Amino acid sequence: MDVLIENFSLYAQGFLGTVELTVYASLLALVLGFLMASFRVAPVGSFRAFGTVWVTVLRNTPLTLLFFAVLLGLPRFGLVLPFEVFAVIALGCYTSAFICEALRSGINTVPKGQGEAARSLGMSFTQTLGTVVLPQAFRSVIPPIGSTLIALAKNSAIAGAFSVTELLGTYKTLNELGYSIIWTFVWIAVGYLIITLTISALFNVLEKRYGVAR
Amino acid sequence: MTVHSLHGDLQSTALYDIPGPKARRRHFLYGILSTVLIVALAGWILYLLFDTGQFTAAKWAPFTYEGIQRLLLEGLGNTLKAFAYASVLSLALGAVLATGRLSAHRPVRWLATLFVEFFRAMPVLVMIFFIFVALKVQPLPALVAGLTLYNGSVLAEVFRSGINAVDRGQREAAYALGMRKTQVMTFVLAPQAVRAMLPTIISQLVVALKDTSLGFLITYEEFLHAGKLIASNLDYDLPFIPVVLVISPIYIGLCMLLSWFATWVARRERRSFKTRAVEVAPAEPGTVLPGQL
Repeated sequence: MDVLIENFSLYAQGFLGTVELTVYASLLALVLGFLMASFRVAPVGSFRAFGTVWVTVLRNTPLTLLFFAVLLGLPRFGLVLPFEVFAVIALGCYTSAFICEALRSGINTVPKGQGEAARSLGMSFTQTLGTVVLPQAFRSVIPPIGSTLIALAKNSAIAGAFSVTELLGTYKTLNELGYSIIWTFVWIAVGYLIITLTISALFNVLEKRYGVAR
Repeated sequence: MTVHSLHGDLQSTALYDIPGPKARRRHFLYGILSTVLIVALAGWILYLLFDTGQFTAAKWAPFTYEGIQRLLLEGLGNTLKAFAYASVLSLALGAVLATGRLSAHRPVRWLATLFVEFFRAMPVLVMIFFIFVALKVQPLPALVAGLTLYNGSVLAEVFRSGINAVDRGQREAAYALGMRKTQVMTFVLAPQAVRAMLPTIISQLVVALKDTSLGFLITYEEFLHAGKLIASNLDYDLPFIPVVLVISPIYIGLCMLLSWFATWVARRERRSFKTRAVEVAPAEPGTVLPGQL
C-alpha cells in the first residue's frame, strides 16, 4: 500500500499516459479501420487489393517489430516527432487492421435484401448506407470492437519499453528507489484492470443501449 | 444465385447492385486512377529510401558475412524455440484449465475461472516483466512462462466453448449408453470439439508467435535482438533500414504462413462431415436475419 501512497503522482502520471495513448490510438484505429473497411467493400478492385494487403500485413506483424520499425526507423527519413506520437501511430495502424475486419464482417452480416429493398424504394447510395446498412452493421460490431480496443489498451504496455511515459514503465523508477517490486507490479496490474474493465463496461452499456436483442 | 456466382467479385452486396455497363466503365476509370495513386505512393517511398542512402553497398555489406548470417539464423532459431515451448505448454495449460472450468466441483470451477479471467485481462508484457524482474528468472523461461499463462488462458476459453458447442444430443446419447463423464469427454466431445476448434487454436498460436517478439524487450536473444545488434554497428554505417527490410518479411512471412494454414484448415473443416455436430446452427451469411447473429 505504501508504494502507491508515496508515489501516487508517479503512478497517476503513468496511468494518464496509458489512458492518453489508448484514447488517441483508438481514435486513429477507428478512423483508419473505417477507411480500410470501406476500401475492402469498394467496387473498385485496386482499392480492395490495397485494403486486403493492409489488413493481411498488419495483422501478421508482431507489434514489437512495428514499434521497432516506426520508432527507430522513421527518424532516419528525417521525420522527427515525439515518441508518444510515434507510439500512437504504431498502435493505431496495428489495431486498425483488426477494426477493419470487425467492421467488414459487420457489414457482411446485413442481408443483401436490405440493400435491395432500400434501392428499390429509390434511395440513393448515401441514403442506403446511412439509414439502412450502417445502423444494422453498427449493432453487430459493438462487441468485437470492444474487445479489439481492450486488446489495444493492453498492447500499449509495449510503448513503455520504448521510453514512452505509461503505466508499465513506472516499475523502473520505483525499482531504482528500492520499493518492493512485487507490490509495485500489483498496483500496475490494478491500473491495467481499471482501464480494461472501464472499456468493457462502456461497451456493455453501448451493447445494452444499441445492440441487437438475441 | 447463378448470376451472382458467375460474376464472382461483381456480385451485388447490401451496398451495391451488380454494376451495369456505365458503372463498370466508371469503376474501371477509378481503378486506373487509384492504381496510379498507389504506384506513385510506392514510388515515393522507394525514392525516400534511395534519397536517404539506404541502398548503399556499405549498408548491405554485413549480410554477406557468414558470421552475421549465422547471428540472424540463431536469432530466428531462438524465436522459434520460444514459440515451440510456449505453444506446447499453453496447449497443455489450456487443456488443464478448460477441464477445471468444466469440472463438476464448484471450487475447482471457481478457481479455474478466476485464473483464466485474471490472466486474460492482464497485458502479457506485464506478466513477462513481472516474472523477469520480480522473480528474477532468465529471459527465455520468463518469456515462455508469460506467453504460456496468457495464451493458455485464452485457449482454455476456446476449448471450453468448443466443448459446449458440440450438439447436446451427442452428450446425451453417450450418457444414455452408460459412459462416464471422463469417457464422454475423451471419446465423444473432445475429438469433435478439437476438430472444429482447430482453426481458432492455430490463430491463437499465431498470436503466440507474434508475441515471442516481446522477448526483445527483456533482452532475450531472439530475431529482433540479432537485428538490433547488426543495426547498431558503426562499421556498416548503422544499417537500420536494411535490417528492417530483411527481418520484417521473414517474421511477417512466418506469421502469414501460420495464418494461411489456419484458414486452410477452416476451409477443410467446413466441408468435413466429422464436425457437423459441432456447428450448432450452420447459418449461411445470407440467411441471417438482422435480429440474429
